[in-house]
Amino acid sequence: MPAIQSPVTEEVHPDVALVARAKQGDTAAFEQLVRQYERQIFRVAQHITQNREDAEDITQDAFLKAYEKLDQFQGNSKFSTWLVRIAVNESLMRLRKRKTSKTVSMDEDVQTEEGSIPRDFAEWRPNPEQEYNQAELADILRKTIQGLPPGFRSVFTLRDVENLSTEETAEALGLSVPAVKSRLLRARLQLRERLSRYFRKKQEGQPV
Amino acid sequence: MNCTDLLSHLSDYFDEQLSTELRAEIQEHTAGCQHCRVVLNTTHQTIEVYKGTEIYEVSPELRERLHSAIMAKCLAAKK
Repeated sequence: MPAIQSPVTEEVHPDVALVARAKQGDTAAFEQLVRQYERQIFRVAQHITQNREDAEDITQDAFLKAYEKLDQFQGNSKFSTWLVRIAVNESLMRLRKRKTSKTVSMDEDVQTEEGSIPRDFAEWRPNPEQEYNQAELADILRKTIQGLPPGFRSVFTLRDVENLSTEETAEALGLSVPAVKSRLLRARLQLRERLSRYFRKKQEGQPV
Repeated sequence: MNCTDLLSHLSDYFDEQLSTELRAEIQEHTAGCQHCRVVLNTTHQTIEVYKGTEIYEVSPELRERLHSAIMAKCLAAKK
């Protein structure tokens, strides 16, 4: 459908109308929102908890919570950002309950300077991802991101995997913009360092 | 610009939030600094490979199961 051009009003996100309908009890409108975001919410939960069953539960709980609290959604942020925030909080709560992770909050374990100073200066092969099939590559990337503390993992996931803006990431995680930026830089650098093992150009005298 | 400065601007560089002047300074620095050039290139590759790969695939079966479960819970809550 062609968008109606209006020179006066700002572009309104299509979710706004769906949310308004859902608030008035239109279940079909809410279901459309679910369809739009269920995969993203599942991926975010899986990234943070690193557990598939937890991610399934969290996805269900997050949407249920959103449904029940829809009246409280003021529309100051995007609906999707609000939803991600609910899912992030549910995920962290789940980590806390599980207690298998050393770190359970956004703030722990990120004070260390470890990994912020590059140590590996090997060039990578031009298209390293072409030397692995999709399953192998996904496995490498999954293992690598698992090694990050949750506070870094969450920021990287929202910014670079799910493509949220810096501001949206800050809002979804309850962090300041500078905190998001600093964590993002360190997450990127740590991942770079770890991926170098797989993707670097082969050099003499270095184990692959 | 030195190596530490470059590092502190790295994320903004990729996110295209730097002034033209700073971008130029970064390019000038990396032209003469092999280590920073590698860090810049490989960090860029890191971001790209994550953006370009589906790490957690959501199969149609899983999606359908999730979707039904979500809607069932919400409809039950409505009553």
